[in-house]
Amino acid sequence: MIWLMIAGMCMVTFLPRVIPLLLGRDLVLPRWVRRWLSFFPYAALGALIFPGILTVIEGRPWIGLAAGACAALLALKARNAIFPVLAAIAVTVVLDLIGT
Amino acid sequence: MERTVGADMLRGVRAGLPVAVGYLPMAMAFGVLATQTGLSFGQAAAMSLFVYAGASQFASLGLLAGGASALAIVLATLVLNFRHFLMSVALSRRIPLARRPGRAAWAAPMGLGFGITDETFVVASLNESLTPPFFIGLALTAYLAWLSGTLIGAGFSSLIPAVIARGMGVALYAMFIAILIPGVKKAWINGLVAIAGASLAWGASLAVPGLPSGWRIVIAILVASAVGAAAGGEETASPGREESA
Repeated sequence: MIWLMIAGMCMVTFLPRVIPLLLGRDLVLPRWVRRWLSFFPYAALGALIFPGILTVIEGRPWIGLAAGACAALLALKARNAIFPVLAAIAVTVVLDLIGT
Repeated sequence: MERTVGADMLRGVRAGLPVAVGYLPMAMAFGVLATQTGLSFGQAAAMSLFVYAGASQFASLGLLAGGASALAIVLATLVLNFRHFLMSVALSRRIPLARRPGRAAWAAPMGLGFGITDETFVVASLNESLTPPFFIGLALTAYLAWLSGTLIGAGFSSLIPAVIARGMGVALYAMFIAILIPGVKKAWINGLVAIAGASLAWGASLAVPGLPSGWRIVIAILVASAVGAAAGGEETASPGREESA
């Protein structure tokens, strides 16, 4: 039953990921659709950041916000995402420890 | 030619490091929870190996514990992961997949498609020079982190101290912010679309408390991007040039 479930989950996850790439090259899309698609990553980013960032440390939403603000400040200067990420982790760990 | 492929792949690996940092503790948590829920080591590993979709893997454990049927769990997975369909559509316009005869024509899209997650999608699409080798490097890094985290979690336990693991939970959010900022600096409309996406996702989660997280993202993508496309005038949002169809 578990193996059957895993096989099913594999199929329904794999197909939506792959079908557009298989067909994509042959599709001729109108200009407005291409413009619409070009904004997908930014729209996804917004939805991925918020409200999830409030739940980094359960019950203390401001910790995620503070770490996020720190990452944003560093990202203004850094060329690579890894520095803002490491700094945000450090801020989160410290604030988490202070509170407990 | 060889050198460019290798260099592109290495750039992809580097871009994937923040994703790996974020995936590792999550995957360990999944491995631990999976074995606690009653899955064998092999089943937990197979889930990360073949399904490879974080949110739905966690959801399936919750549903299993609640006594849901396999069919219900598969349907929930489809609903939760439909957002990857949209991401794949957008990526198909950005990744220049040359038409190759024979088996390679199928293998490339299937391999690249399997590697699409929320994180690899945003990192790849906001990269200035997205190529198939870059995406392979990025996706492999993320995949290996997810897989090894699962194996460690299911085999031993979360090796990382709890407070560090909780702190590492912020990694993906920090990465999202770090790749959003340059886009906003390039064109304000990109920031507007992100804010619209965040507001829609938040609004949707408040309005419909039981809404699966995947659908928050689907709604945000479809509507916020339309706002951007309508408001954006003649600007192009994507850093890379649009492949002429």
